[in-house]
Amino acid sequence: MSESAEQPPEPSAPPRSQIETELRILRRHCPDAILEVTEQPARDMHWIEIRKERLHRVASLLRDTGELGYQMLADLFGVDYPEREDRFSVLYQLYSPGRNQRLYLRVRVEEGEAVPTLREVFPNADWAEREVWDLFGIPFDGHPDLRRILNPDDWEGHPLRKDYPLVGRRPVLLFNSVKDVL
Amino acid sequence: MTPPTATETTPAPPETITLNMGPQHPSTHGVLRLVLELDGETVRHAAAHIGFLHTGMEKTMENMPYQQAITITDRMDYLSGMNNNLAYCLAVEKLLDMELPPRGQAIRVIMSELQRIASHLVWLGTHALDIGVMSVFFYCFREREAILNLFEMVCGGRMTPAYIRVGGVSLDFPVGFEERLAAFLSVMPTRIDEYDDLLRHNDIWLERTQNVGHFSEADCWRWGVTGPPLRATGRPHDLRKISPYCGYEQYDFEVAVGAEGDVYDRYTVRMKEMRESLKILEQALTALPDGEHLADDPRVVLPPKERVFSEMEALIHHFILVTRGFPVPAGEAYGCIESPKGELGYYVVADGSEKPFRVRVRPPSFYNLQALPEMIQDRLVADVVATIGSLDIVLGEIDR
Amino acid sequence: MGQLAPTTPDLGQQVGQQGFLLAKLDDLVNQVRANSIWPLTFGLACCAIEMMATVSPRYDLARFGAEVFRASPRQADLMIVAGRVSQKMGPVLRQIYDQMPEPKWVIAMGACSSCGGVFNNYAIIQGVDEVVPVDVYVPGCPPRPESLIYGILQLRKKIMNQGKLNRAAR
Repeated sequence: MSESAEQPPEPSAPPRSQIETELRILRRHCPDAILEVTEQPARDMHWIEIRKERLHRVASLLRDTGELGYQMLADLFGVDYPEREDRFSVLYQLYSPGRNQRLYLRVRVEEGEAVPTLREVFPNADWAEREVWDLFGIPFDGHPDLRRILNPDDWEGHPLRKDYPLVGRRPVLLFNSVKDVL
Repeated sequence: MTPPTATETTPAPPETITLNMGPQHPSTHGVLRLVLELDGETVRHAAAHIGFLHTGMEKTMENMPYQQAITITDRMDYLSGMNNNLAYCLAVEKLLDMELPPRGQAIRVIMSELQRIASHLVWLGTHALDIGVMSVFFYCFREREAILNLFEMVCGGRMTPAYIRVGGVSLDFPVGFEERLAAFLSVMPTRIDEYDDLLRHNDIWLERTQNVGHFSEADCWRWGVTGPPLRATGRPHDLRKISPYCGYEQYDFEVAVGAEGDVYDRYTVRMKEMRESLKILEQALTALPDGEHLADDPRVVLPPKERVFSEMEALIHHFILVTRGFPVPAGEAYGCIESPKGELGYYVVADGSEKPFRVRVRPPSFYNLQALPEMIQDRLVADVVATIGSLDIVLGEIDR
Repeated sequence: MGQLAPTTPDLGQQVGQQGFLLAKLDDLVNQVRANSIWPLTFGLACCAIEMMATVSPRYDLARFGAEVFRASPRQADLMIVAGRVSQKMGPVLRQIYDQMPEPKWVIAMGACSSCGGVFNNYAIIQGVDEVVPVDVYVPGCPPRPESLIYGILQLRKKIMNQGKLNRAAR
């Protein structure tokens, strides 16, 4: 054995989370909001699952706290996991331009359950929530104009649900009168 | 103060008229329906109706193997197919934890920047056409043909390339491509200057575009507006610089910014972006590394054709990859790039099978368009046309 | 000329018997119609960009007389359905088609308007011939400008050979 024997590696401190500040601030001001934190630092992705009742508060905190600065709602969308009881996840991607940091908020709801709207905090949630309603059927409480945005207004069903077939349910549109679809 | 939102028009007060800029309209750049409430020529309220090009692409992609879904991505932002391919492939490669070879990265950059110029040329042509300058439309499309010829040389497709694949690019450059590209690069700068000269000093152009469609930086963040409209406000926010991908950090280029955030500034930003793209292309072409264009990852990448035709294992490997596809470990990844329209992102949820579980496209034009009613509030109808043109929206990616 | 006569076959026969002068007039009318087609700007998606490229100097649709792309259906006689037609757009397509005056023709440009194309799903009408009668189908995704020009030339042939006073031959 050489003189400089191989020392067992020091137990290193757990790596600091990139969203440590966010979690600290959220835990201080809104302690019951956070349900679960998932991180994948290699991909620079961090998800915080929150209670839907706290969505507005959490988003406002993230936006208004100076050191966090999540000024932009980059994206809002849904994912359908039909095997789970809470089958829908609504994901919010927040972006902080000052720190170039992205954060995902996740809200899980079950069939028919509504999510509070985020329009008052981020105005661009308007169309995105309408799209989630259109494609998944998740209603948003407090949205003044929740109607379909991508599919025709009289469409039945919510296409991006996993139980909706790709080819659709109604026959190909053969119509003989120009209804006021517009 | 709650910002004005694009909602269904409540019954209009009697002194306004409701004008429909219907889905079929020469200036809406696609099938967009705008319902304007006008007081004379002034827009008092505007509502945008989208969905006339909804194609169910996200659901279609859930039913296709990962590599095959690239063909669908071409058709979203159909003016910048290569960029869509790139964003999707970045997300899938993150899920696969793949490392790409330097030549593959450089080829991706070259294609991305060529596509950016092509997209901006279409923007300039149609934007100028809306405002009345028809000649620029023809010039821009003529230049675009040169770029489409390059694309066709490389992958066979003009507008729907599906060239950038998971692991790199599908084929290496053919013989003669680099010379053609160099010839293009030697001619293009003078052409851009020509178009700029046609417009920049033109009184009509200045009247129609300056002080029109103002949007401040704070507004951009509130509405999620990215890309040239954001940079026109003065904020140098370009994902190629801020979160570099594909080796963009090696190239020396400036981020184009404007000052006022109006239509004219968006014009100058995009013109400068075209020039900077040419700079990046020069650098990428001279520094093009040798090597493989595809990652050496047999899980994902097809074996070379010579081996497929001579070895049984390679044939089976090819067969399985093409018919069944490759499984991607479960997880979620977000691949975002700076497309010519703004921040384009693909959020891919994988469940371990060969087909994506969910593909969400974050379309820049969707969020840029949502801000339109606020930009045209109390402006003239003519300004509406100029503003829509300056946003450079593509309904294909808005409606997916 | 063709619009004035009713479409009853025996009248057509009578006219056929009437002979040379009217037949030549018919030819002239068809020539004029074929050589000055005014397309409608009905670009929907990617094919629209290739349609614009067809008008561009490289491929130049203007040399076939189809330079004047009208935005208003009232002034157009050819509707090139360029792109995928979604369920929401279908009624709009039909309304615009109905607003076009006779004689009118439709070219389904691209795979999506011919048959639904790549998108065999809930959102896309599987071929615009479910909605409007189509004269020429131009396959491709997107079809090259040369293909579209070929399609327009085929349409010209069709117009030139169009049923004379008997419109049932159309």
